[in-house]
Amino acid sequence: MKRVVVAAALASLATAPLWVGGTYYVNIASQILIAAIFALGINVLVGYAGLVTLGHAGLFGIAAYAGARLMNHGHGHVVVAAGALAVTLVGAAVFAALALRGEGLGFVMITVALGQIVWGVAYRWISITNGDNGISVSGRPSPLGLSLASAANFYWATFVVFLAAVASMAIFVASPFGASVRGTRDQPRRMNALGYHVWMIRFLAFLFSGFWSGVAGLLYIYYNQFVGPQVVALTASAEALLMVISGGAATLLGPIAGAMLVVIVKNVASAYIERWNFVLGAIFVAIVVFMPEGLVPGTVRRWRGAMAALRPRAAPAAPAPGGGGR
Amino acid sequence: MRNLDKSFGGLCVTAAVSLSVEPGERRLIIGPNGAGKTTLFNLITGELSPDRGAITLFDRDITRVPSHRRFHLGIARTYQIITLFQGETLLRNVTLSLLGLSRLRWNPFVRLGRQEGLLARAHETLARVALDHLAERPLAQTSYGERRRVEIAMALAQNPRILLLDEPFAGLSIEERRDVRRLVTGIPRDVTIVMIEHDMDVALDFAERITVLHFGEVVVEGTRAEVVAHPRTKEIYLGE
Repeated sequence: MKRVVVAAALASLATAPLWVGGTYYVNIASQILIAAIFALGINVLVGYAGLVTLGHAGLFGIAAYAGARLMNHGHGHVVVAAGALAVTLVGAAVFAALALRGEGLGFVMITVALGQIVWGVAYRWISITNGDNGISVSGRPSPLGLSLASAANFYWATFVVFLAAVASMAIFVASPFGASVRGTRDQPRRMNALGYHVWMIRFLAFLFSGFWSGVAGLLYIYYNQFVGPQVVALTASAEALLMVISGGAATLLGPIAGAMLVVIVKNVASAYIERWNFVLGAIFVAIVVFMPEGLVPGTVRRWRGAMAALRPRAAPAAPAPGGGGR
Repeated sequence: MRNLDKSFGGLCVTAAVSLSVEPGERRLIIGPNGAGKTTLFNLITGELSPDRGAITLFDRDITRVPSHRRFHLGIARTYQIITLFQGETLLRNVTLSLLGLSRLRWNPFVRLGRQEGLLARAHETLARVALDHLAERPLAQTSYGERRRVEIAMALAQNPRILLLDEPFAGLSIEERRDVRRLVTGIPRDVTIVMIEHDMDVALDFAERITVLHFGEVVVEGTRAEVVAHPRTKEIYLGE
């Protein structure tokens, strides 16, 4: 049953440009996939490592800016992707080395500060980032000769990257290293006493998280062909964190559901409601109140509860002949 | 360990503590609350750094060795307050323990659930503490005594040469205490055991040599008979 559902979901996602209806909605679907990749990356830290970050938009933005600069220097797709991801990984290593000096709230505050530094650079270091005007690129690349200019082609390319992200997360979660990361979340002291290098495990988890945030940032610049300081703002980090928490941290589907929710409300609800932020906020409040574990695990829990309630209860056993009754 | 000093601000928790434990020995560390017993364990394992002094493990100075590395050198420990993975099964708890000393722990590509050799060893370890029949049960659904046995199983899975047990009988019922006692006394002689314990009936029966700590200092050390008969022990415990 589970395999049928997964196969149906994959088939519907793969064929989305054929049935979703119009370029606008195909583009929305592409945005959802990019946000989902970003949220999956953050979920490695927030969900599996238990390290809440509010600075990952900085890494997303580093990849986007680096990609934009490289594209504007006339480099091809391979150089752009490799260069942007390499720069992002260096950025993630610096973020991790500094942020992992703190624990709990200290960690969060350092990530906020680092994200704000990136935002400050994006906003003020005009010779590098073009400041408030941002950087525009002339067009989307053509990896392996395939043009990504059309909405459908771009969607399918993003879908392939999205599948790779989901597969890498599934492999990571089931692996010994994934178990080590979760262990450092649940009992760091015990993990140390079992011989695990807790700091290094968290550092590597940060790099893995940063890598996928960078991939999402790179797809963002391909998609928008423009990057500005708002991409690396604190609100962008908070929004991505909300995707993870609202969908369900430490689950594979949760961040995807959260990304879908945020992107749809932002793009669709904002067309009809001026104060769409209010709608988004109200939805988050409702999720926290009724499904504090997030949409996906919360729905599973409620579904199981409903199924258990519908199941007929076993009738009380009839007394055995000649037994009891005294 | 030689001349181990540790202070938290103005509070001196261990003062020039020197202690030598022979291989295979069963050593008991006793003392009133706040005597510095658990701090001593934390200094040995590197969870705390000493202000002064040196720690030697099997002729190797480990004073500057990072904490997690010390557990690769043959140290294993349990905690006064059980620290296990509540949401995981007993099998996963022990598997994590085995994984800690294996290079496999860095591998992000293979499935942990398919590491047959590792899982077989985890089952063997659970069988050693008579809990293999509960291998697939979440830890949260086990009794306190069973969790204590899981914790000891995890320490044994690390193949230790020296095992530090921090109040292993605390909070156990009479039956659970009997089970854990049987388990501890059954640990082979090639494992040196240092135990902190307040239950004197169990502890004195177990120990060959006893160290009495008081306000961070070693005040008495010797055999069971010597320590029990020593006037300082009586003074500390009975207030004479």
